[in-house]
Amino acid sequence: MSLANFVTIGQFVPLDTPIHRLDPRVKLLLSLVLLVFIFVVGKLLPLLALFVLAMVCAALAKVPLMHLVRGMRPILILIVLTVVIQLFSTSGEPLLSFWGLTITKEGILVSLFVVLRLILLVSISVILTYATSPLDLTFALESFMLPLKRIGFPASEIALMMSIALRFIPTLLEETDKIIKAQTSRGADFSSGGVIARAKSFIPVLIPLFVSAFRRADELADAMESRCFITGEKRSRLHVPKLGLNDFVAVALCVVAMAGVYVWSIL
Amino acid sequence: MSNKGLRLLDFEGVTFNYQNQSAPAVKGCTFNIREGEFVSLVGHNSSGKSTIAKLSNGLLQPKEGQVCVYGIPTTDQERLIEIRANVGLVFQNPDNQTVASLVEDDVAFGPENLNLPPEEIRKRVDEALSIVGLLHLLKHPVHHLSGGQKQLVAIAGILAIKPKLLILDEATSLIDPKGRKQVLEKIKHLHKDGYAIVMITHRMEEVLLSERSIALEKGNIIFDGKPEDLFSNPPLLARAGLERPPLVQLVESLSGNGINVPFPKDENELVEALCRLK
Ligand SMILES: Nc1ncnc2c1ncn2[C@@H]1O[C@H](COP(=O)(O)OP(=O)(O)O)[C@@H](O)[C@H]1O
Ligand SMILES: [Mg+2]
Repeated sequence: MSLANFVTIGQFVPLDTPIHRLDPRVKLLLSLVLLVFIFVVGKLLPLLALFVLAMVCAALAKVPLMHLVRGMRPILILIVLTVVIQLFSTSGEPLLSFWGLTITKEGILVSLFVVLRLILLVSISVILTYATSPLDLTFALESFMLPLKRIGFPASEIALMMSIALRFIPTLLEETDKIIKAQTSRGADFSSGGVIARAKSFIPVLIPLFVSAFRRADELADAMESRCFITGEKRSRLHVPKLGLNDFVAVALCVVAMAGVYVWSIL
Repeated sequence: MSNKGLRLLDFEGVTFNYQNQSAPAVKGCTFNIREGEFVSLVGHNSSGKSTIAKLSNGLLQPKEGQVCVYGIPTTDQERLIEIRANVGLVFQNPDNQTVASLVEDDVAFGPENLNLPPEEIRKRVDEALSIVGLLHLLKHPVHHLSGGQKQLVAIAGILAIKPKLLILDEATSLIDPKGRKQVLEKIKHLHKDGYAIVMITHRMEEVLLSERSIALEKGNIIFDGKPEDLFSNPPLLARAGLERPPLVQLVESLSGNGINVPFPKDENELVEALCRLK
């Protein structure tokens, strides 16, 4: 399995879907609001409804199911860990007990809750980055930081920096893959031993990766300057996103849905 | 050398020292490039070729002497954009020249820096991509393309700033033979369309494409003239880090055997010349 398959957050796929066509500012804002909203909803069923909503968005954006599932892999350990802890440490009506450990009905509910929240968190991020180009995403961030620009905050530079960082994710993942393969062919072992041994075995991967990243940064700076980039100068853009009717409809639908979920959760 | 067009790039007694390096990377270099010329710049590793490229558009400033683009010295900070818009640099590794994820966004980077209106950027992006023949990949992620295609995108990114001179710093050295052929084909076309080209290379077949060759040794220009004259001088050729190409060897052994043909640009020309012999 290659690393690019492992990390699916931040992998943009250019398609023409209703979600892709939304203004990036709307997408980013709604995603952020939703991310916070997940932690406001205090009941299981309304949260499940939110999950269904997220899956509808995923389907609209044509995110393949496997892509979403793969997105969960990096947080798998986190999910397992929280489930185990919640399952055995929540007090309440006992359902099952063995080896002096008790699983309670409340424990099951709380674990389900936590898992659902984590899955939602990742799903929203995967959908957002799947359907929004890094350039658009950073454009949205830049427009949110615009008020700060007046007090001398380098909003445009930071946005450009982030879009370049996102652009380099696939390149660096590919390179990490190559280095791992090269070290494996020299007899390095990345999959046995304890946590510390495994972490140590990654040093011969990280060092060449860093050296190459710095070399890349040097060359990139030259290439950017050669293409007339000067820090702090005003730049225009090829795509200037404009708010359309679809954006207002999307916002309205989301507000209604969230209001509904919220009322349900406090009933 | 040739009397083509206006003097585009002028090096006058240029010396350059990197910090923490005792020997200068470029020593007292004087030459000029005219509009529409196709020049190859050759030399061993570390002979100063990349340094010359970076001096040409003001990425580096000479310690002694002067570099001018259309008469504007590269030290003129006010007109740096003008200089860089005239002299486009393409580097070795396409991965390290790509700033955006999508082809069209990457090609748009230069015109965006020139603060052009969106319609003009659109026009330039489409034009540049159709010149390199990748207009159909407009919305593709750059990292899904082949090495040759990536380098063509990098070239399009430079064409979009509408330079008069293209300096390609070993731009074909990291890509596969098929991609290299593709890129060389486009470079030939660009030259026909009137761009001046400086091709930094180790490869004979690329030197053969050019009309004039400049050879560097340890920062000194040791040759400036026709590629044929360079090829017919084996000691000089070795100092320039080049081997004589099979084609040149063939022509020489032919003439050694009394078969004289004019110096060919490529195999086809040789075949035609041979066919015309009685
Ligand atoms: N960034 C740098 N810092 C210090 N020395 C450098 C740097 N870049 C190149 N050099 C030195 O300058 C000389 C010429 O290098 P360069 O122009 O890259 O040669 P070429 O492109 O012909 O291989 C070499 O001796 C090299 O070590
Ligand atoms: Mg070099």
